[in-house]
Amino acid sequence: MATLKTEIRSGVYYDSAKLMSLQRSLAGLPGIQDAGVVMGTDSNKELLAHIGLDTPEVRATKPDDLAIVVKADDEKAANDAIAQVDSLLAARKASGDQEYQPRSLESAADALPDAKWVIVSVAGRYATAVTREALRLGKHVHLFSDNVSIENEIELKKEARDLGLMVMGPDCGTAMIDGYGLAFANKIRKGPIGIVAAAGTGLQQVSTRIHQLGSGITFGIGTGGRDLKAEVGAITFLQGLDVLKRDPDTKVIVLTSKPPSPKVAEAVLKVARKAGKPVVVNFIARPVTTLRDGNLFFATGLDDAARLAVELANNPPTLTGDADLPLAKFTPQQKYLRGLFSGGTLAYEAQHILYGYVPRVLANSPINKEFQLPDAFVSQESCIVDLGEDEFTQGRLHPMMDNELRIRRLYEEAADPEVAVIMLDVVIGYGSHPNPASEIAPAIAKCIADAKKAGRHLEVVCVVCGTDEDPQNLDNQIAQLKAAGALVDTSNEVICRYVGRILRALGERDETKVEVTGKPVDLEALKKPLAAINVGLESFSANLKDQGAPYVQVDWKPPAGGNEKLMNILQKMKAPRK
Amino acid sequence: MVDIEKANAYVVERFMEARPVATTMAKALDVVPGLHENMLLHAGPPVTYERMSGPIKGAMIGALLFEGKAKNPEEADKLLRSGKIEFSPCHDHMCTGPMAGVISPSQLVYVIENQTHGIKCFSNLNEGRGKVMRMGAYSEDVLEKLRWMEAVLGPTVKAALEASGGIDVRAILSKALHMGDDGHNRLDAASILWTTQLAPYIVTTAKDTATAAEVIKFLGENALSILNPVMAGCKTMTAAGENVEGSTVVTVMTRNGTDWGIRVSGLGNQWFTAPSPIVKALYFPGFSEKDACPDIGDSVITETAGIGGFAMATAPALVTFIGGEPRDAINTTLDMYEITTAEHKQFTIPFLDFRGTPTGVDIRKVVEKQITPRVNTGVAHKDPGVGQVGAGVVSAPMKCFEDALYAFADKYGYN
Repeated sequence: MATLKTEIRSGVYYDSAKLMSLQRSLAGLPGIQDAGVVMGTDSNKELLAHIGLDTPEVRATKPDDLAIVVKADDEKAANDAIAQVDSLLAARKASGDQEYQPRSLESAADALPDAKWVIVSVAGRYATAVTREALRLGKHVHLFSDNVSIENEIELKKEARDLGLMVMGPDCGTAMIDGYGLAFANKIRKGPIGIVAAAGTGLQQVSTRIHQLGSGITFGIGTGGRDLKAEVGAITFLQGLDVLKRDPDTKVIVLTSKPPSPKVAEAVLKVARKAGKPVVVNFIARPVTTLRDGNLFFATGLDDAARLAVELANNPPTLTGDADLPLAKFTPQQKYLRGLFSGGTLAYEAQHILYGYVPRVLANSPINKEFQLPDAFVSQESCIVDLGEDEFTQGRLHPMMDNELRIRRLYEEAADPEVAVIMLDVVIGYGSHPNPASEIAPAIAKCIADAKKAGRHLEVVCVVCGTDEDPQNLDNQIAQLKAAGALVDTSNEVICRYVGRILRALGERDETKVEVTGKPVDLEALKKPLAAINVGLESFSANLKDQGAPYVQVDWKPPAGGNEKLMNILQKMKAPRK
Repeated sequence: MVDIEKANAYVVERFMEARPVATTMAKALDVVPGLHENMLLHAGPPVTYERMSGPIKGAMIGALLFEGKAKNPEEADKLLRSGKIEFSPCHDHMCTGPMAGVISPSQLVYVIENQTHGIKCFSNLNEGRGKVMRMGAYSEDVLEKLRWMEAVLGPTVKAALEASGGIDVRAILSKALHMGDDGHNRLDAASILWTTQLAPYIVTTAKDTATAAEVIKFLGENALSILNPVMAGCKTMTAAGENVEGSTVVTVMTRNGTDWGIRVSGLGNQWFTAPSPIVKALYFPGFSEKDACPDIGDSVITETAGIGGFAMATAPALVTFIGGEPRDAINTTLDMYEITTAEHKQFTIPFLDFRGTPTGVDIRKVVEKQITPRVNTGVAHKDPGVGQVGAGVVSAPMKCFEDALYAFADKYGYN
């Protein structure tokens, strides 16, 4: 036999929904079969009567009385339930501190309009679409996700470049933006050094070493490890370099990369040479052939790069650029080098050094077979001819003793209107010609004079290998060659690098009007205090919070529930945001 | 290729510029387009007698009894099965009806005029809460009340409306949202505003003071007095955005207790339907979820127009229906911004720094984010003749929106 128990409270008002909620809670208590909680209006009383919950007390209620009736298995259960009415009425859910998490990038962007960055760490198969959406909203992207195809990477980076935005990644572990670390990043003090890195831990190693050495950084721009692959072509890397070049707070730039495509590495260095500030380069697995090339400083490792950067920031070097080169004197047709060597090793070293400056120099005995000069007797393009090779010495003396062949070849080369530079070695000492300069210098003087008559400037450079105690006397030889108009040095390397710089400058002379690809990144916006939107790993939001950067975590779910067909339709319907 | 963004912006602009004004009341047969003697209108997308939910059957029985076409419920049911009565969705006749939404030819209906675009929509008189025909009840006391409404309430309100020169429904809603209403499930403030605006004209036009007092009392005590004019008002807003080429904005959402249905502006009058879900609700004493009819009624036209569940942040008191806390009301509205096109110019939310309510559901956003519109609603008993059993919230079924997106992709070549 069930027990009915009633409690009446006069002159109280509760919202009807609150009462229904109380009723539900009471009905759910142990031993309770049904419950009714209503204000005592006629229709409510009728309702209770209809379901067998009417009692004399209920019948006596007035419209502003609260009637609580429980139908219980026994007296005790009924009393226990009624005893809980107050606590149930007062019950509040624990109010978490949980702020609203937007469900999409678009509303996150509306919620935090100052956010310039979106950190993406969703599963790779969704990362492309999220990145594209971020770009559509005009945000730079730190793409932490991996498993993004290289085709998608290229597309995203090109889209970003056209919009003046950067896609740092995919698989970009770390980045530091004006004092804030994104994703995996160390706490590095602010300072004069900017870093572009196609290498996550490379960036961490260089930046931490810089910090340990007492200096600091402006930006640490990660690009993802594939950025310097031939397919990607350093799109983000070049954007990062351009940002650092324009940033007045960045006094020294460090470039570092996992093993790059050699071709892309050279393209990057070509741009870096025009940075107008010292650039420290450490491309892993790229041979270091010189420690310095103008404003470029080549480091032997990550640590060395950090050390060099700090040193250069503390003691800024003088950068002269190409002011010492006679570039303006050449005609537009003049672009080639002809190296006429008597010494084999000197000829090899010339090739080796010149490859650090220009991509292609032919030779009759090339280091690399693909640069074979087809006919040693006929020069083409820029080439190094070793006249001491067998093909020249059959039936005649070695060119270190006999100058005749070399002088004849010198006249030929000098008459070629495409030739800008002629390089000669003069090796003296015992066994060599007793006074080579006496024959070579007049020939050089005639060549220069003939070229001048023809309206050209001919740059003749000579390396003289010998000492002042040699029978021919070094100083005497140098004086004769200089008097003939040649540039002379006793170091083959110095001469080769001088020639290399001329050839490189002449090669790039026609490219001065290369149009800038894409839209430049807005540096001012990048230097505003960091605010970011995080899609994916919540710990990245926690990092931002710890650093005091405003952020919004997106409550992200796969679009269209992961339905490929719908996702495809949606993608096609998307228009660029106004 | 159509410019979806432009089309959508145009559609929601029409929604927001619409200014519905209640001008008069009239016999349905005289004003409702396409209605005839042997037709009954109902809520939701089209439905056959076989698939018809209990509340609509019950309300139709009640309507036939009220119209005098049947003498008793059995006769009425027989007539409904006979095929002699045509069933048609309210939405096909510029009407909206709450819950069962049954409108019969001789009922008086509100005439609501969108004075911006010259569109007229209609809805019947509200019966109050409890055992009522819109919930599927048809007992003698229900019919008695209907007869009083037709004989006394309706003509009195009609005279008052005409004397007032029209009452601006949108202006009342704008105010009511600042007074704790959501514009759908909670219309306490709006109904009072409605009554106070009508009262002076009722007093001056009613046939005697007793009638005036009776009518004012009925309107004032019914927290849903204004629900029907609000629904027809919302319909005049969304109707202004119908049939716009290339738009992915939803212009109709509705349900009949069997199916949930939507229409999309750029897809004309095509229905996209899915089984109607059960409402997550609090129930009146003696009832539980197993008594509930699946979600029913045209009242979700309010959410379609940008209020109701979408404006939940203005009505935190409503969260008790889902056992939630005020924060949930805010979050519901914030979620709806994710799937809508614009923020309403007329309807604003004080708590969100007077941000406009989320307006114009975009099927693309619904499907992409997998968030469907959230609706505040009443719950009817599943059987004819019983009435309301609770109130709560419900989310629209995703399938309607996905089907609509496929159809849109087909029509406009996005496959």
